[in-house]
Amino acid sequence: MSTTSDVLGRLHARPAAARWRNPGLWLGMLALLLVGLWPVVSGQAATREVIFTMLLAIALASSLNILMGYTGYVSFGHVVFFGLGGYVSMFLLSLGQPLWVAVPAGGVASGVLAFLLGKAILRLRGTYFALATIGINEAMRTFINNFGPFGGSTGISLNFSVYGNYGGAANALWLAYYAVLALALLAILVSYIVKTSKFGLGLMAIREDEDAAEVMGVFTPNAKTWAYVISAIIPGMVGALFFFKNGNIEPADAFRLQFSIETLVMIMLGGQGTVLGPILGALGYQQLRSFLLTNAFFKDYQLVIAGVLLLLIVLFIPAGAVGWLRKRFPRLRNVLP
Amino acid sequence: MEPLLRIDNVGRRFGGLQALSGVTFEVFEGEILGLIGPNGAGKTTLFNVIDSVYEPNEGQVTFRGQPTKGKKPYHLARMGLARTHQIVRPLSELTVRDNVIVGACFGRENRSLGDAGEIADEVLHFVGLSERADQLAGSLNVAQKKRLEMARALAARPLLLLLDEVLAGLNPSEIVAMVETVRNIRAQGVTIIMIEHVMHAIMNLSDRIVVLEYGQVIATGTPQEIIANQRVIEAYLGDPKLAEQLMEAA
Ligand SMILES: Nc1ncnc2c1ncn2[C@@H]1O[C@H](COP(=O)(O)OP(=O)(O)OP(=O)(O)O)[C@@H](O)[C@H]1O
Ligand SMILES: [Mg+2]
Repeated sequence: MSTTSDVLGRLHARPAAARWRNPGLWLGMLALLLVGLWPVVSGQAATREVIFTMLLAIALASSLNILMGYTGYVSFGHVVFFGLGGYVSMFLLSLGQPLWVAVPAGGVASGVLAFLLGKAILRLRGTYFALATIGINEAMRTFINNFGPFGGSTGISLNFSVYGNYGGAANALWLAYYAVLALALLAILVSYIVKTSKFGLGLMAIREDEDAAEVMGVFTPNAKTWAYVISAIIPGMVGALFFFKNGNIEPADAFRLQFSIETLVMIMLGGQGTVLGPILGALGYQQLRSFLLTNAFFKDYQLVIAGVLLLLIVLFIPAGAVGWLRKRFPRLRNVLP
Repeated sequence: MEPLLRIDNVGRRFGGLQALSGVTFEVFEGEILGLIGPNGAGKTTLFNVIDSVYEPNEGQVTFRGQPTKGKKPYHLARMGLARTHQIVRPLSELTVRDNVIVGACFGRENRSLGDAGEIADEVLHFVGLSERADQLAGSLNVAQKKRLEMARALAARPLLLLLDEVLAGLNPSEIVAMVETVRNIRAQGVTIIMIEHVMHAIMNLSDRIVVLEYGQVIATGTPQEIIANQRVIEAYLGDPKLAEQLMEAA
């Protein structure tokens, strides 16, 4: 008994050192690493595909959470960064550039887009911002649909020989898998670093009361823009890997609004503004989704159920699972980031 | 001596309402300036113009020798301006301590998170909120939220502190304590402008007083001069409660 309170006491007394000794963070990352390595041990491609989808969701949800959960700006069209990253990297791959150039380039392109958009649309608040992000996604889809170098409406398909550079198609799939695992872990680490930093505190001040934050000295336009940029980079890289693995990219696949909305549901489910919430939410939602997709009766109602789920969360546990735990048991605040 | 703050012929309209017009006065380093006037006189609006939440339609504000035109509230915060809000604005989902850390992190001294934590603990002790440090700010009662406003502003280590009715809603013994707190803040070298309806307190604390009515300065002077000013008494006649307080203070 006394040991628990000792640990909590120390965490409170020395925040700087305790920052890197947060049990919730390390246990969460360790658990994810073990889950991520499971297909490697079992060697099964089917398990790998299931877990690939979960890791993808975790990376996207954790990234979007920085904007939505910490800063309080809900981006409905966040999939635009996933799509753009995918397009830029597929374009480079089709020109013969290696994967290790194409994937970071996808991330950089998304980051740059967020930077350019940020100053303009982050001046909008609440619903107006959310609507603007949808508009941007639709505009981007339309633009790329008519953009010759990216293949217009047919998109870009990789020549099968590209995979030869990575030891053949089977190996390339594993390579993409490892990379997404690494990105999911990175996303969580970034999320934690932001949350426990001065920058993150500024973001949370903006979320709580933007005008008060300005009066207290938070440079709100800059802080919001950087939050947007950070939340865009990893989705750009994840998109690059997803479409590399897929072998082709089309506007309709790259900018699916539904995908954005599912990411939002995951964040809400697990608990927005927490580090562990998006992980739990992504795992939970993907479990549910795969159950629904394999069930003959529910198969066609997957999105309806996502919608109902969102409604139930907003009505009954607006803080999400982790948020609820933190509220219900205040002592957990120190161990559940 | 160069004033810390100069307000020069400032006017501000809201639609057809002239909330401030031709407001001119100066604030010198180290003084406590009282700002009084009937409800709706434009006191809070003046604070909002001083810290650039609103732009003035006419005139200009000069803080530490620099015009504030074009500056945002966060620029002024870095330059050493801090304020409390008449209608409290806690960062509800953050702890009391984190609220104060925001003040220290982003205020004049632009401290690191670690330093800010130490400042926060010190300031929370100073305003008597230490016991509430780990509570969410949203769970405080109004009097405590007022103190939190004060703590956040102090944690910024400002040169000029704007206090908007920090005594409102406090009981007599709390008022005594808060008046003492304000004195202590000034003793640390902080210049203060204070909006207040509690007459005996403001008359006691202020070195000088500026009186606003319908957006215009109708009197400036020492507390003794203000109490004896016929124009001020008339201005307050519309508000019997305040007039009575004014008389009592005299
Ligand atoms: N943002 C705004 N939009 C429109 N009118 C406003 C705004 N802010 C203030 N006003 C009006 O300006 C006038 C001055 O208001 P202000 O809040 O500055 O008064 P005050 O002196 O602080 O009063 P009180 O003692 O009641 O706090 C009032 O008539 C008020 O309704
Ligand atoms: Mg007011």
